[in-house]
Amino acid sequence: MHFGPHLLLAALEGLVTSAVLALTALGLSLVFGVMRVVNVAHGEFFMLGAVLAWAISTAIAGHPAVGFVAALVIAPLLVGLVALIAERLVLRRLNYNPEGTIVATIGMLYIIQQLALTFYGPEARPVEPPFSYRILLPWFGYSGYKLSVVAASVILLVLTWLVLTRTKIGLIMRATQYDSETAQAFGIPVERVYAGVFAVGAMLAAIAAVLIVPISQAHYLMGQDPLLLSFIVVIIGGLGSLRGTVVAAILIGLSDGIISVFFSPTLAKIIATLVVAMVLVFRPQGLFGTTAR
Amino acid sequence: MADKNGFFDLSKTTLSRRTALKGIAAGAGLALAPGFVRYSQAQSSASIKIGFQSHRTGIGAAYGRWYEKTSAAAVKAINDAGGIGGRPVELVIEDDGTDPARGAEVVAKFAKQHKTDIVFGTLFSHVVIGSAPAAGENKIPYFVVSEGHHVASTKLNRYVFQPGITDVKSQIQSMAPWIAANAGKKVTQIFPDFAFGYDHRDYLPPALKAQGADVIAQIAIPPTESSFTKYFPQIPAETEVIYHVMVGPAVLTFVKELGEFYGSQRPQLFGFMDSLEATDINSPGLEFLDGSHFWEGSPRYAQADDSAAQKAYRAAVGIDDNGAAVGDAKDVSTASHMFGCWETLYVVKKAMEDAGYKGPEDRAKLVEATEALKEFAEGPEHPQGAKTFNGKIHQCFGIQNISKVEGGKLKVVHKTKIEDGLYEAEGDYTTQAL
Repeated sequence: MHFGPHLLLAALEGLVTSAVLALTALGLSLVFGVMRVVNVAHGEFFMLGAVLAWAISTAIAGHPAVGFVAALVIAPLLVGLVALIAERLVLRRLNYNPEGTIVATIGMLYIIQQLALTFYGPEARPVEPPFSYRILLPWFGYSGYKLSVVAASVILLVLTWLVLTRTKIGLIMRATQYDSETAQAFGIPVERVYAGVFAVGAMLAAIAAVLIVPISQAHYLMGQDPLLLSFIVVIIGGLGSLRGTVVAAILIGLSDGIISVFFSPTLAKIIATLVVAMVLVFRPQGLFGTTAR
Repeated sequence: MADKNGFFDLSKTTLSRRTALKGIAAGAGLALAPGFVRYSQAQSSASIKIGFQSHRTGIGAAYGRWYEKTSAAAVKAINDAGGIGGRPVELVIEDDGTDPARGAEVVAKFAKQHKTDIVFGTLFSHVVIGSAPAAGENKIPYFVVSEGHHVASTKLNRYVFQPGITDVKSQIQSMAPWIAANAGKKVTQIFPDFAFGYDHRDYLPPALKAQGADVIAQIAIPPTESSFTKYFPQIPAETEVIYHVMVGPAVLTFVKELGEFYGSQRPQLFGFMDSLEATDINSPGLEFLDGSHFWEGSPRYAQADDSAAQKAYRAAVGIDDNGAAVGDAKDVSTASHMFGCWETLYVVKKAMEDAGYKGPEDRAKLVEATEALKEFAEGPEHPQGAKTFNGKIHQCFGIQNISKVEGGKLKVVHKTKIEDGLYEAEGDYTTQAL
């Protein structure tokens, strides 16, 4: 294959990775930004979204698009509910203590993962894409669904940005992030904001998973990679910075796509990790982060 | 030191003749008592414990579940027919997480804590390679059902056996003539970047070369990879056959993305069933496989010419004509590999009975008795087909099936012969000390 088409394929693959990564990492970043909680179980909310998407889409008969749309609506809501319960039962009891919550979310990771193994099983199960249109380029074919994932992700990111910057809920969240004690003094129900943010963070991961599951199947161990990549993205972008998260996701996704097509996937991972190390050394707050108060 | 009571004075005897007689009589009575006899009988009819190293979690979990089902069915059949040497068989299951380090711990746990007679049942090659030294150190026979070439390479140790499933080197050698004659002469290989994949990487090129065909590209893919399109540009345009051997949960993605990449203008495809074990061949996206060919160890779909033994085996394990669990069409089995568990347990039975196996003290005898085995006849104990066994390399050799995907099923179109897969032994385990 010639260089041009080869690069195009690499860029397309990278864009799909970026799109899913941006949504997942945004959830992680939001939770950390507002609550200062490092949610190690984030990848499992992603997995839960995919597994539920499989369950919902197989339960609904008819055209695959119907089941998929239902999954896109119901699965994130259910995952949000699970996150809400976890927040109430675990994180709140720990007073959101940074060290305590890390250990607690590690525990949640294993509980969710093993429950999925017990009730869903060890198989990788496919979800039918809502449509299967193959875009025929002169050099190779490409999945139309994959491109729609990119579009859907862009729309969702814009929506999140609008909510955060243009609505009262967004204002309350930003106020809590800026200074939770002062926010509380001004009558903001900080605990409810925390609960909501934790649920929304998990839901973002679940939405990303529902979008990706027609491409890669639902499997109980699928949460590990997104978690790792999300951490990389969030560290590079700056914890709690929406803009930084999106920019870092595109950076990591595209470089992953291009480096692994032209060189090797292992090299792509090495470089991503190296970038994290460099960022931590020279700009610990991340590319767009502000120093912690 | 004072010895006021004459405690250490050996000259002072307190044992009268009367007491001595009483003692002897009591001892004889005890030995003759029914309770005592029953006890000694219980000793010899205690169950034979087989430590099952199962991939319950981790990437091998789908295999692990079916390996357990098959082994449980085989143990039930063996016990219903009187057990091994009159003793019942019991499976002791430990999860190895499909992880080599954990695998070695599990083997040691079987040897030291559960005190099982043997260890059995491992599939994933990296777990076998990681666990084998522990089996050697604990001198516990380790019967794997892995299909990798590592056992037959004689690089492991004398306690490791693979008597129930043919190794990859032999499989490849026996199928290469068919691939070269029917699929194409320019082959691109796609394989996972670890031990099992390396068997394919190393043994396919010479096997094809011997048939006048060539491997023109080899693409290694990391086992944790979840998207594959980025590798496809490496497939040379002149490729006639793509030979794919993928494992793990992402294989569906692999096939689907291959379909999107090529559309209907695809090269021939020849794959190992490992790619699609426990996966419904009619899953969305797999239409692309229609007309392609697969290696199958034991056919997933019931075939028109199935033997009575094959039918009985399928019924015992509980799989229907489509190779899915009876009563749950979505629960697809790992038919190409799991028959090896059934057959291995019958080999263990034969070897233990040949050795007059009594307990862990006879493990060395069991090793020698297994090495002395020569062939296994097709039948209820070996439903996949007849096999020969090479005691020097601890490996069996059987027939292989090449199946075509037709109308949403796999139909066997070619069966190899045992002789097609025989090769020169690379070493000799029997020269190692026990």
